[in-house]
Amino acid sequence: MITIINYGSGNIRAIGNIYERLKIPYKIAEHPDEVKGAEKIILPGVGAFDETVYMLDKSGFRSVLDHEVLVNKVPVLGICVGMQILAKKSEEGELSGLGWINGEVKKIDKTLLLQSPKLPHLGWNSIERTKNSTLFNGIDDEDGFYFLHSYYFECEDDQDILSKTFYGKSFASAVNANNIFGVQFHPEKSHNNGVQLLQNFAKL
Amino acid sequence: MLRSRIIPCLLVHKKGLVKTVEFKDPRYVGDPINAVKIFNEKEVDELIVLDIDATVEGRGPDFTLIKNLAVECRMPFCYGGGVTTVEEARKIINLGAEKVALSAAAINNFDLIKKIGEAVGVQSIVVVLDVRKKGFLGGYELFTHNGKRSAGIKIKDFVKKLDEVGVGEIVINSIDRDGKLNGYDMDLISMIRELTEVPITVLGGAGSFDDIKKVISKYKIIGVSAGSLFVFKGKYRAVLISYPNKQEKKELYQLT
Repeated sequence: MITIINYGSGNIRAIGNIYERLKIPYKIAEHPDEVKGAEKIILPGVGAFDETVYMLDKSGFRSVLDHEVLVNKVPVLGICVGMQILAKKSEEGELSGLGWINGEVKKIDKTLLLQSPKLPHLGWNSIERTKNSTLFNGIDDEDGFYFLHSYYFECEDDQDILSKTFYGKSFASAVNANNIFGVQFHPEKSHNNGVQLLQNFAKL
Repeated sequence: MLRSRIIPCLLVHKKGLVKTVEFKDPRYVGDPINAVKIFNEKEVDELIVLDIDATVEGRGPDFTLIKNLAVECRMPFCYGGGVTTVEEARKIINLGAEKVALSAAAINNFDLIKKIGEAVGVQSIVVVLDVRKKGFLGGYELFTHNGKRSAGIKIKDFVKKLDEVGVGEIVINSIDRDGKLNGYDMDLISMIRELTEVPITVLGGAGSFDDIKKVISKYKIIGVSAGSLFVFKGKYRAVLISYPNKQEKKELYQLT
């Protein structure tokens, strides 16, 4: 059973639709109590860092998530802003992220991009794996995934980088430390690669 | 490497899909949900769906339609038509659309862009510019209400303002080229490209994959959208949904 955390983020329905088609059971947790005993957790994300963290705190999800992920070691996947809130902080906002993976979210440096378009980083881009993980089983790296973001995750420890993608410079398009995973792209909107990745996560 | 996006644009009129010529004479081409199912199979990069009745009829977005589309779409999709409030935009994003397109409402009330940006993230906002070439003096004019009403503002000033706010994308829709299959208006694209750093998507005029290739070759990373090209086949415009396959796409991306 996949538990998708609902703190008012936009892409929940799209993720649920894919699990429905895959006939993988999932539920959408509206309340912190529904996260207790979760087997797999997804942190969706569309929007801004502070708004996402604020909703997470306001709805009371933070402490139960900390417990399930850090103490019970439940596998968790953060998507887009859901990945960025795994960091301690972000240049986009003032609030404190979950801090589960060491790093900071920074704005993509426009000056590295030689021609327009510059921001956001929008469209289909390839990935390059930097360590082995079953999360990427059966993924076509060249086809890659759909991206839409202006900020990126800068890891303190290179070992936490799962894949890199180039836009102006090489940045972490996926991160992983132990049971904690994050992807900057949108698997829920990335055709076969995305479906495969969400299926892989369910099988972890 | 980041790739250009090749994007079918679907127009909704009286709950059916239509294709127009110069924004007129809507011809029925099929059912929206069916079309999305076919585009799923073809793994299109993105989809734009525009309700061309909403603003003209003075009503809001059709949320039932948006919900049904969002459930079906396995690719990012952008919805536009009749959005005039923050609440409507939020609802569209919450239903599962990646982006919400604004046109008339954004032109008439620039503050709306900022307010919607605060609610759903400014990168999820797409602004559609319906543009017509001016007769004698040259230059371009901005329109709303399906090309019926002049917006009464200068395109360059407006695009500059959009650039400052940093919207997610600007769609440039050439009214003169709509349904004509005679290629994109490259002068128009160049003019807008120089005015802004945000992603742009061009629409209007595509009659062949070559037309798409020309745009990608010149502008490298760009959104290339088309209606007729992806829904009609042959001289008599029989309805047949098509889209470049993986190999054809690779050739389109080959920069010359």
